[in-house]
Amino acid sequence: MNVVTETQAATRINDFVMKIATVNGTGSASANSLLMKTIFRMGVPIVGKNLFPSNIQGLPTWYEIRVTKDAYQARTGAVDLAVAMNADTYDEDLKKTAPGGYLVYDSSWPRPHLHSREDVNVIGVPLATMINHHFDNARIRTLMKNMAYVGAVAALIELDMDVIRGLVTETFGESKKHLIDGNMEAIDLGYQYVLENYACPLPIRVAHSDKTDGYIMMDGNTAAGLGCVYAGATFGAWYPITPSTSLMDGYEAFCKRYRVDPETGEHNYCIIQAEDELASIGMVIGAGWNGARAFTPTSGPGISLMSEFIGFAYYGEVPAVIFDVQRTGPSTGLPTRTQQSDILLCAYASHGDTKHILLFPADPKECFEMAVESFELAEWFQTPVFVVSDIDIGMNDWMIPKLEWDDNWEPNRGKVLDAEQLEKIDKFYRYLDVDGDGVPYRTLPGSHPKGAFFTRGSGHDKYGLYTENSEKYQDVLDRIAVKIDNAKTRVPAPIITKAKKKTPWGVISVGSSNGPVVEAIDRLAGEDIHIDYLRVRGFPFNDEIDAFVDAHDAIFVVEQNRDAQLRSLIVNETDAEKKKLKPILWYSGKVPDCRFVVNGIKAHIAEEQKK
Amino acid sequence: MTSIAKPRIEKHLLRNKLGLTLRDYEGGMSTLCAGCGHDSVTAAMVRAFYELDLEPHTAAKVSGIGCSSKTTAYFLGQSSGVNAVHGRMPSVATGAAAANGDLHYVGVSGDGDSLSIGLGQFCHAIRRNVNMLYVVENNGVYGLTKGQFSAAADFGSKSKRGEPNPHTPIDPVKLAITLGATFVARSFSGDKTQLVPLIKAAVMHKGFSLIDVISPCVTFNDHKGSTKSYAHTYEYYHPAIHADYIQPSEEIKAEYDKGEVMKVELHDGSTIALKKADEDLNPRDRGDVLAYLSHHEAQNEVVTGLLFLDEEKQDMNGRNNLPEAPLNTLPYEKLTPGAAALADLQKEYC
Repeated sequence: MNVVTETQAATRINDFVMKIATVNGTGSASANSLLMKTIFRMGVPIVGKNLFPSNIQGLPTWYEIRVTKDAYQARTGAVDLAVAMNADTYDEDLKKTAPGGYLVYDSSWPRPHLHSREDVNVIGVPLATMINHHFDNARIRTLMKNMAYVGAVAALIELDMDVIRGLVTETFGESKKHLIDGNMEAIDLGYQYVLENYACPLPIRVAHSDKTDGYIMMDGNTAAGLGCVYAGATFGAWYPITPSTSLMDGYEAFCKRYRVDPETGEHNYCIIQAEDELASIGMVIGAGWNGARAFTPTSGPGISLMSEFIGFAYYGEVPAVIFDVQRTGPSTGLPTRTQQSDILLCAYASHGDTKHILLFPADPKECFEMAVESFELAEWFQTPVFVVSDIDIGMNDWMIPKLEWDDNWEPNRGKVLDAEQLEKIDKFYRYLDVDGDGVPYRTLPGSHPKGAFFTRGSGHDKYGLYTENSEKYQDVLDRIAVKIDNAKTRVPAPIITKAKKKTPWGVISVGSSNGPVVEAIDRLAGEDIHIDYLRVRGFPFNDEIDAFVDAHDAIFVVEQNRDAQLRSLIVNETDAEKKKLKPILWYSGKVPDCRFVVNGIKAHIAEEQKK
Repeated sequence: MTSIAKPRIEKHLLRNKLGLTLRDYEGGMSTLCAGCGHDSVTAAMVRAFYELDLEPHTAAKVSGIGCSSKTTAYFLGQSSGVNAVHGRMPSVATGAAAANGDLHYVGVSGDGDSLSIGLGQFCHAIRRNVNMLYVVENNGVYGLTKGQFSAAADFGSKSKRGEPNPHTPIDPVKLAITLGATFVARSFSGDKTQLVPLIKAAVMHKGFSLIDVISPCVTFNDHKGSTKSYAHTYEYYHPAIHADYIQPSEEIKAEYDKGEVMKVELHDGSTIALKKADEDLNPRDRGDVLAYLSHHEAQNEVVTGLLFLDEEKQDMNGRNNLPEAPLNTLPYEKLTPGAAALADLQKEYC
């Protein structure tokens, strides 16, 4: 038996990170998901992050699973257990393993140089040899090798084999016994080998707990697609783009399940794969103009293409919901890596004076809830609404509290005059501010002869007629500004978390930066540095943001882009003093951990205290 | 889209089956140049909807940007409309048609709007067989920006300054036929007797109906040397297949010589009677029509009429299995899976 040396002897139950390095296109995603779900089912909170290339097959990919008894939502930045299944990245994986950590590799081919670090315990498992001995077909061997590393890891970190078997059975279904047996056989090969050859379990391991009751694991795109179904959206148009594709996939899957008439086979939804984003947004506007709840999922490049039409919908006052699952820019950027770099793009998309309603989910639960809310706002304010998500939220599985629904909920379709109401009024004018709230009434085309109106992107007056008259043009433009400004009390309010002690410091953050910020605040509190926290969830900004800035000497604005876009938006749209807002930025494209926040805040505070 | 309200003078005007007069199908006053072909198309549109006995508000007008796109303000004043961004009317029409298939969609575009910036959307609306009338008011030139050649300008056709166009044209008719369009026609703004029944047939055809209307620009492209002028079009005019639209209740009154007429029944029981100038031309054979077009175009002829028709293909909403009732009318009960389903679903995410 090989002796594993423990340079870091402390036992860490339910608190470590394992990172699995594989080659994309080899089917490792299901193996990694199996590992993560097993830990989740054992009642232990997890964080899963997928780092993948913009490629179909053959390039390195990593999957990181943080086992976190404290249910943090961010990465730690450390790797305690590396499962190195890609020979091309062995060196890198070894280098990144924490001192005292472990590295599992396929020892079918001996790699003496992997033993070059004395502070890393290298665990060789002859996966390929064992699998090739048991399975024939090349593709099956590739897949089974993945299952074999699941088994090896299961032995090392003491995963519950019954839970694994249960998940494998669910995946294939009871009837596919040969598939279940085949996969379990592969898992067992890895499991038994490790048990027999190494001291198991490792000091870093998993123990049953009860901290995942009432939680699910879901990615944000799926949750947003589900939200569109519950919102009553009937029309979606899209052009395939990473990382938003799975949002429409989700919507379609749920529609097939819930929206197909069992008797007639008719679809109570319509999805169109457009020729490009210029068209997908046009279709959404056409459907929204006609009174269907309509949406499009896209990413930054799509927003750039849609911009002209977004301005049209803003000025013509047509409801539309746009999901921007942000990726890195500029241009094509890193298409499979994450950033929050479309904040300004979305806030002011299109030429001329425009400003849009934005919702910022921080996790898949909020993706679901804000998807529903986005349609309410789009129809109430008759304008495009953006749900600004990102790759981290959209494509990673998150542990979130179970989604809830109230069967008494009914959509508020906004100010729409129906045939009966039109019959009663003398004349209908599309852009007249009857109620003084900046929101005019609309009708659904074809509903009544009196309700006819013309939607145009060219200058129009409050009666909906073409005009080149400056006053009449300005009158409409000013009313729209009031309308959008009024949305600040309707968008989701910021969430403020007060520090345990009174403090001059505050953090403002947004979306997926929440996880690192929450953990950073905890860590800093441990060092007696206390920080109040405001998480922005909507734009136009609620007045609470001004008040929060006023109440602190300095505000650290944490976000994932180079140019401090959230900070710029706050400076532009509130009375906040620019100097007070200190940017803390992350824009590598990788999902951040809390260290950049901790270090950033400390550096700023040191700077402040020097003064 | 400047428009001035027209005075309504209704005395002694004929009324259709709904008791409406032609005036009920008109829109605002045109602000196009005097003599513009587009105004004749507008008049034909008014006449066609009047003769179809359709309630004006059951139509929805869509257009892009350009002189032609302005005309949707000049007819069907009681219909709603969208004057969208340049070249992207087809996508708006697509979304609108998906949300409510009960309206009659009338798209008006130009050769600039449809064949350059909007070429992609034009092609894809055809592919999807969106149920709409799509009129290209084709004058070979950009009017609002003062006379640049459009992509429809013929090779060698001369600009107002006398320069010949060095590029080959994009022909919307041939393009539509090759893309699988189900109703393809060409007409001329100067031939109302041909255009009015064509519009009627196109509105009632269930699927994408293209009418490419040669509609001369009197200001920038009506000179000698232009192949899109009134004079040139009249000289080389070649009506190939005349189409009459006959409502379901109507008797087929027109006298046709036996063997010359092809009758095509539409989904609603109405009929299109096709009268062919050339017996050999088969408007249901794409290859045949393309060959015919090439042959006559080699002689500079402008071939017009309902050139291709296919009533069999499903329209977009049919292909998407959309319900009988428009999506925009579905009650929320039909759309929400409810709380119990949500709880049940999440068992798969544990």
